[in-house]
Amino acid sequence: MHEAATAATQVNFLWLIPAFPALGVLFNAFIGNRTGKRPVSLVAPGVVGAAFITGCYAFTQVLSLPPGSALVQRLWPWIWAGTLHVDVAFRIDALSAVMVLIVSGVGFLIHVYSVGYMAKDTSYARYFTYLNLFTLAMLTLVMADNLPLLFVGWEGVGLCSYLLIGFWFTVEANAIAGKKAFVVNRIGDAGFLLGIFLIFWNLGAGVHSLSFSEIATHAKAIPASTLTVITLLLFVGATGKSAQLPLYVWLPDAMAGPTPVSALIHAATMVTAGVYMIARLHMLYVLAPISMVVVATVGVLTALFAATIGLMQNDIKKVLAYSTISQLGYMFVGVGVGAFSAGIFHLMTHAFFKGLLFLGAGSVIHGMSGEQDMQKMGGLRAHQPITFWTFVFATLAITGIPGFSGFFSKDEILAQAFASPHGGPWLWTLGFIAAGCTSFYMFRLLFLTFFGECRADEHTRHHIHESPLTMTVPLMILAVLSVVGGYVGLPAHWLSGNVFGKFLEPVFGATEEAHLSVGTEYMLMAASSAVAFVGLAIAYLFYIKQPGLPFLLAYQAGRLYELIYNKYYVDELYDFLFVRPTVVFSTWAWQIFDLGVIDGLVNGTAEAVEVNSGLWRRVQTGNAQQYAVSMLLGATAILAYYAWR
Amino acid sequence: MNVAPISWFLILGAVLFTIGTIGVLVRRNVIVIFLSIELMLNAVNLVFVSFARQLHSMDGQVVVFFVMTVAAAEAAVGLAIILSVFRNRETVNVDELNLLRW
Repeated sequence: MHEAATAATQVNFLWLIPAFPALGVLFNAFIGNRTGKRPVSLVAPGVVGAAFITGCYAFTQVLSLPPGSALVQRLWPWIWAGTLHVDVAFRIDALSAVMVLIVSGVGFLIHVYSVGYMAKDTSYARYFTYLNLFTLAMLTLVMADNLPLLFVGWEGVGLCSYLLIGFWFTVEANAIAGKKAFVVNRIGDAGFLLGIFLIFWNLGAGVHSLSFSEIATHAKAIPASTLTVITLLLFVGATGKSAQLPLYVWLPDAMAGPTPVSALIHAATMVTAGVYMIARLHMLYVLAPISMVVVATVGVLTALFAATIGLMQNDIKKVLAYSTISQLGYMFVGVGVGAFSAGIFHLMTHAFFKGLLFLGAGSVIHGMSGEQDMQKMGGLRAHQPITFWTFVFATLAITGIPGFSGFFSKDEILAQAFASPHGGPWLWTLGFIAAGCTSFYMFRLLFLTFFGECRADEHTRHHIHESPLTMTVPLMILAVLSVVGGYVGLPAHWLSGNVFGKFLEPVFGATEEAHLSVGTEYMLMAASSAVAFVGLAIAYLFYIKQPGLPFLLAYQAGRLYELIYNKYYVDELYDFLFVRPTVVFSTWAWQIFDLGVIDGLVNGTAEAVEVNSGLWRRVQTGNAQQYAVSMLLGATAILAYYAWR
Repeated sequence: MNVAPISWFLILGAVLFTIGTIGVLVRRNVIVIFLSIELMLNAVNLVFVSFARQLHSMDGQVVVFFVMTVAAAEAAVGLAIILSVFRNRETVNVDELNLLRW
């Protein structure tokens, strides 16, 4: 069943794809701040565009080869120690080709958008240094041929995420948010590293390159129980990076970064790394059914959990952040039930419409002079027509209105969840409810922001304007992609069928994708479309027809409303359970152990010497005759010793 | 030839040495201390020559010449130091020359 392992074609141009952003990093970091903004705004998006074009070329190469082939380029030996032979090597097969195109394509659009969005920022070159560095790390992550190199990219994107969340670090809250993201990700990464170590340990004798093809051929040699542990540890890493329960808490705070960063890193690309990693290591996961169930369950619970929080947030970016967590949950449901290509399909459409939603939100915030509270927006439809219409398309896509991209990808995941032996109707039901919530909060956001009366103050209202072309053109392109992006993955029996799934199929081999009857599929499709429209209708009723109704309902719900409004007090719980004990323990370690014991030992030694010398220095009276007496006594004692010995 | 026994010379040397030592320890005037040191040196010289004669060996006498040379040099340097100290401190009382203390 594992095919791709053998069919590897050696090529020599893959290094170009990460090399372009690397050049951009060097330019922006060392020259960019001296050249002014114009060269930076050309180079930074330019290098990502070049990477995209090279990626397209690689994609056509993959297409021209027989299915299941991979392009491989080995650059240089990296870690050669004992039996471990890890190389710096890149690999592009169908899966990484899709990822490269998403990362560099959507990344390019967001770079262009950033040129407009960050135009007035003083740290312009620094911003694009980080953004290029992120692209470099993310491309390394998706193109890596072995796990250690993937981990390098994995940590690299984490670093860039930290740097960009705290980009405006003069505001303390932003710096704290960056720190939180970094620390929470460390927890996940610890699990991820342990997983890699366990794989290395268990692969059996022979050369260990830890490349994916080698892992695929040796996977069967690993005992099932060990595989379960390995895959669960790797999934811990995925929950950190991809913001799943219980490590999702950093993502809402990560909205402290500039909005294009939220679009690129915290919606379209980096947070999907966990999904990609599981799809990449599908050969381990299919052999560990328990882990699959865990992945799917955590995914669906996160989807539902985050969606309910999203219902009541008032910050436009926070709603989108919880929405991202929720949609990532769907992707994990997809890969968790063995429908890897469905998970990746949703990853792609999500990159389009969520990237667009964030960029649209950025455009709104830009027009509203930095305001993010939706309660102070409204009526922007007239002032920002392009932003409005692109936002509508993105909303229709994410809520799963038939015909838009999200409909196809989400529907495929839900159908697989329903039919898979790992899932079942319960999994479908939870995902179905989450879809209803998604529809409600997204239309709530749309209505609050763009419809009704403008609730901003006079000054802000006066300044509302449509964003410049550098910002609106990426919006329009992403809007087109959000609409048509779904048509590469139509349900199996429609027209061309699932082209996307067929393209990826050789990578994943004959996995356990379930097949359901046409009738069931239509039923499920109808149900999820219906719930999307129900969400729309309720949002319409609440926020356009009867604007007083939500307050009444919130009053009626009382406790429940407060619980969800405060995000289930998870941050407070973690603060109580982990942060505070850590602080107390650290304070103890600092005040008692470090200052007391360690410093006590060091200073105590010095003090003992001082006291001792303080006593003995009294001997030095300065009276020469006392010295003479002691000399005499000493000499006498020595003589006496030899005389009477 | 009637010669006094060696013990007489040794006792005289010990007495002179003891007087010199006590002088170094108890006198306050640097110059007197200095004189006492010379006394000690000469006591030792006396013992050296006594043994040289007793043992019919020239070694002891040679050492005495060395001691006298060194004592001469020491006297020159020592007196120069004392002069210099007196110019600076206007005293030769060792109790008052106690700058080098804790």
